[in-house]
Amino acid sequence: MKHTNEPFVRVVKKTELTGGKLALFSLGALLLAIIAGGLFILSLGQNPFAVYKTIFFGAFRSKMAIQGTIKIAIPLLISALAITLAFKMKFWNIGAEGQIIMGAIFATYFALFHNNLPHFLLIIVMLVAGMVGGGLWGLIPAFFKSKFGTNETLFTLMLNYIALYLIKYFTEGPWRDPSSSGFPKIATFVPNAQLDKLFGVHIGWVIALVLVFVVFIYLRYTKQGYEITVVGESENTARYAGMNVSKIVMRTMFLSGAICGIAGMTQATGAAYTLGESITGGVGFTAIIVAWLARLNPFFSLFFTLFLSALQKGSSVMQSSFGLSTYVSDVLQGIILFVILGMDFFVQYKLIFRGRVNHD
Amino acid sequence: MDRARQNSPAIELRGITKTFESVVANHNINLSLNRGEILALLGENGSGKTTLMNILAGIYKPDCGSIFIDGEPVVIHSPEDANKHGIGMIHQHFKLVDVHTATDNIILGNKGTGLWLKPSRRQRIKELSERYHLHIDPDKKVYNMSVSEKQTVEILKVLYRGADILILDEPTAVLTPQEITKLFEILRHMRDHGCAIIIITHKLGEVMEISDRVTILRKGESVATVNTAETDIHALTELMVGKTVELSIECPERKHKGNLLEIHHLTVSNEEGVDAIQDVSFDLNKGEILGVAGLAGSGQKELCETIAGLIRPREGAILYKNENIVGKSPADIIKIGISMSFIPEDRLGMGLAASLSMVDNMLLKSYHKGRGPILQRKDARVLAESLVERLEIVTPSVETPVRRLSGGNVQKVLLGREIESNPNVLITAYPVRGLDINSSYTIYEAINQQKEKGVGVLFIGEDLDVMLELCDRIMVLCHGRVTGIVNAHETTKEALGLLMTDAANKKEDAE
Amino acid sequence: MINFLFAAIKAGTPLLLGTTGEIVTEKTGNLNLGVEGMMFLGAFAGFYMGYRTGSVILALLAAFILGAMGALVYAFLTVTLKANQTVAGLALTIFGAGFANFFGQILIAESVGGVPKLPDSFISRVAEGPLPILGDIPYIGKLIFSHNPFVYGAVIVSIFCWLYISKTRPGLSMRSVGENPAAADAAGINVALVKYVNILLGGGICGLGGAYISLINGGGVWNNNCVNGQGWIAVALVIFANWSPLKSILGSLVFGAFTVLQFYVPKDIISIPNAFYVMLPYLITAIVLIFSSIKKSKEHAQPAGCSINYFREER
Repeated sequence: MKHTNEPFVRVVKKTELTGGKLALFSLGALLLAIIAGGLFILSLGQNPFAVYKTIFFGAFRSKMAIQGTIKIAIPLLISALAITLAFKMKFWNIGAEGQIIMGAIFATYFALFHNNLPHFLLIIVMLVAGMVGGGLWGLIPAFFKSKFGTNETLFTLMLNYIALYLIKYFTEGPWRDPSSSGFPKIATFVPNAQLDKLFGVHIGWVIALVLVFVVFIYLRYTKQGYEITVVGESENTARYAGMNVSKIVMRTMFLSGAICGIAGMTQATGAAYTLGESITGGVGFTAIIVAWLARLNPFFSLFFTLFLSALQKGSSVMQSSFGLSTYVSDVLQGIILFVILGMDFFVQYKLIFRGRVNHD
Repeated sequence: MDRARQNSPAIELRGITKTFESVVANHNINLSLNRGEILALLGENGSGKTTLMNILAGIYKPDCGSIFIDGEPVVIHSPEDANKHGIGMIHQHFKLVDVHTATDNIILGNKGTGLWLKPSRRQRIKELSERYHLHIDPDKKVYNMSVSEKQTVEILKVLYRGADILILDEPTAVLTPQEITKLFEILRHMRDHGCAIIIITHKLGEVMEISDRVTILRKGESVATVNTAETDIHALTELMVGKTVELSIECPERKHKGNLLEIHHLTVSNEEGVDAIQDVSFDLNKGEILGVAGLAGSGQKELCETIAGLIRPREGAILYKNENIVGKSPADIIKIGISMSFIPEDRLGMGLAASLSMVDNMLLKSYHKGRGPILQRKDARVLAESLVERLEIVTPSVETPVRRLSGGNVQKVLLGREIESNPNVLITAYPVRGLDINSSYTIYEAINQQKEKGVGVLFIGEDLDVMLELCDRIMVLCHGRVTGIVNAHETTKEALGLLMTDAANKKEDAE
Repeated sequence: MINFLFAAIKAGTPLLLGTTGEIVTEKTGNLNLGVEGMMFLGAFAGFYMGYRTGSVILALLAAFILGAMGALVYAFLTVTLKANQTVAGLALTIFGAGFANFFGQILIAESVGGVPKLPDSFISRVAEGPLPILGDIPYIGKLIFSHNPFVYGAVIVSIFCWLYISKTRPGLSMRSVGENPAAADAAGINVALVKYVNILLGGGICGLGGAYISLINGGGVWNNNCVNGQGWIAVALVIFANWSPLKSILGSLVFGAFTVLQFYVPKDIISIPNAFYVMLPYLITAIVLIFSSIKKSKEHAQPAGCSINYFREER
């Protein structure tokens, strides 16, 4: 039998990597990604080592730099944790943007109109309001998905815009700062409605860290977390075990939205001190990538968020050091994400090259 | 019947072997097919018929072996290669694009007739369908079609490509008797025009009616090829199921008396709205193993799922200790002690969460027990460890995801959990599917222990030898109907084989 | 009124191209959320080429090619390496935006006075103006036949894509791959090849949409962040247009109209907050989405193979 048209290489499923091997593999992929980014830097005629060194020091060299890095990391991490819940259930929620915004809007209401409450109470109220806002925004697609099978990816995308233009409405309409002339905007929050700081960064970072543990424990050690995993594995198995799948989907999406809502609340009250259309800064989308590449593990998400945040913060000094604009961080980020995403292939599949298989 | 065998055979397979991960689906299979001939490929479920034909159609690549077409060695790496050699396959699960018309499905993938989709294409399809007396509406969308219409489209698709080697995978499974008669007419017509046809089936009556020769597969190997004219249903049954083998599986005396589950006139429709189970009635007693025999797709899955509360029957009642449980939720049915373990063909589809550990899988039906929001894993871990020991489950640890366990071990996990939930009724479907001898015996032993405790066991099985020795009674399903409930110790394998196929009723009529 | 519709057409043109590109991509079974990124790539490439050479043809060619290169990365990740489509698309968006802004910033730094501007000859060649004869028709001439040449180009591209998708054999193949890759495979179609070709084609068209933004909307000057979410609007428009390039012509007009509506509504007569005008298209799209899922409509929905990567030997 001739094998003239035997393909040079073919793809076969293999036993998946797990545990230590997987961790090692992931580190290897990250390293490869950094090298790929380095090649890009090299192509610009710069020394990759010098550039990476600058980025690293730019992100960690001083107290202020570290604070800046952490400030970038907070909303990204919180949203990635929220996405983790949804994705664990194989609910492809790309509506984090909208859920963050709704959280911010709900919190802003109290920051603007009930800001004479005692500070501590006000913060709690804003936090709860943010969670409710984000949660409801997560519940809507879950409801339609369980009831009618509405495609959640497309639907949550639409909800992002509806939320975004709600901000526009409030900014130009009822919540417009009467004292500002020119561009309509919402007034800066009074200090009483601003999130407290700890070690120079608003306490969103404490919330985020707590959430890492909470989400980890919730998924790993609670009955509800167990239900999420089983539904994500197979809805048939879940039904067979007597679980109420649509209830689980709706509850989980409420929680996922609520966590995004926290991110929105901390951004509005801790970072921006106001509400504007750029409140999310696109973290809702980046968070999806973070959660996915972290294989839905909260601690990996923490690690990955810090990595990306340091990249972003560190790149801010690129202009002065190398004459490269800060946008270099987005390019590097894109390249790194591409490489890691591509490498994931080898966790599940292997290649068999021509002539390696015995045909007779 | 003795058709001319001019020249070399249209297709010859030599030494085909195909394995999926660790499962050998085909082992060293030889087969040949002539032009102007209909060959029936006969075998029980899992005997490797579909895998073999998928290799011929370019869907799977064989691990080793050779394919000859008209005496020339060929390589088939893709469906396109198969097309080139004039091979067309009509899959059991139709490969049609739902939102397209019949016409567009038929012309799909044909090259060299210009860039544009010409309006005249529907005319050509109409002509083609008339030439072969296969009536279809060329503009009908596939999602509006009945199964028989879809099949017609599949056949036309193959004919349109000018294929002269046709493979049909269980084409009659979804058809009414009238439609089957029509299909057979078409096939004969095509044969008389020189086509070579392979029809996969396990209905013996059809084999006798349509085929010129029969090749029988058993457990992935080709065991015999006979001329249809020189054989009969009895001989074929024996070839298909094999000689009776002494297994010496224990069948302890029944100690418990009384009735546990009564099924009355159960009728269940499947997703397509076809009745998968029709008017099924039977009892299950305490301390009894009731075997359920039948060919694949005779309604076993639907029966299990209905009792477990996953699907609602269209008609009928299920009485458990004289209480009708139809309409109860799966959770409630678990609670009253009815436990189901169904080993699907892919093993992990239902009943297990593949990426969870053995410990977590132990918890599937009992996770909500215990107070508070925290999952109690302690008992589950103890349970998992004791199962590993008792059922000899091979796993690096009880924390390893079950996906990484071999098939047999996955099954032990599933069955072990169901047994340990101390059920009153245990439904177990294909518990030894693909297991080695030793593991199988471990499972039989476990099931017998349940029986002695007074549990009523519904054992849905494949291997008749096993069922004859293990079960107290055997119920046979055929096309969703009960064709007989017999005492396992007073029947023969052949009698069961006949009940399983549609030959049964005819035979009874004759006697 | 005519001024308003005229502006709507102008605003809708990049959306039309982005939407058409994404329809081509989704029809072959890949949801590419990287439209924004590919439009950024096209915007930069088009501008850069126009800036350096002054040639309209080269500018468009460059935009198409760079858009398609972005799509190539996406196709390699999702088709060959079977990566998650959503995540790969988002990564492409980040990369594309970063790439365009990064090199755009270099352009700004190197240009005279920090304002990179297209050559005047280039600008005059793509300027809007009435077409001969047709442009003289009252009302219609002003409304439809007095645009810049890209507007007509975009409509022609959409019509061509519609013809391609619904009236040709390769179009039939790509729709089959998008709906049911296993069926297409069994019919002898090279699934991976069809996907690559169409994803690249879609990416190229998105790139053209980006070029429109940088070459026309920018008034001949490069602005960082110029695409500014229009790629995402295109993703929404695909649903609104029901996966039909022909309907997307109308759809982009509607979306374009809503974005400029706030500037044309007489405020003293109708006082609806501006935000609701821009929000409305998304609200309608969301409602369309719900209704089509209630009806379980198979034809008026995302191609069934979207977001699922195909592996033949999957059992």
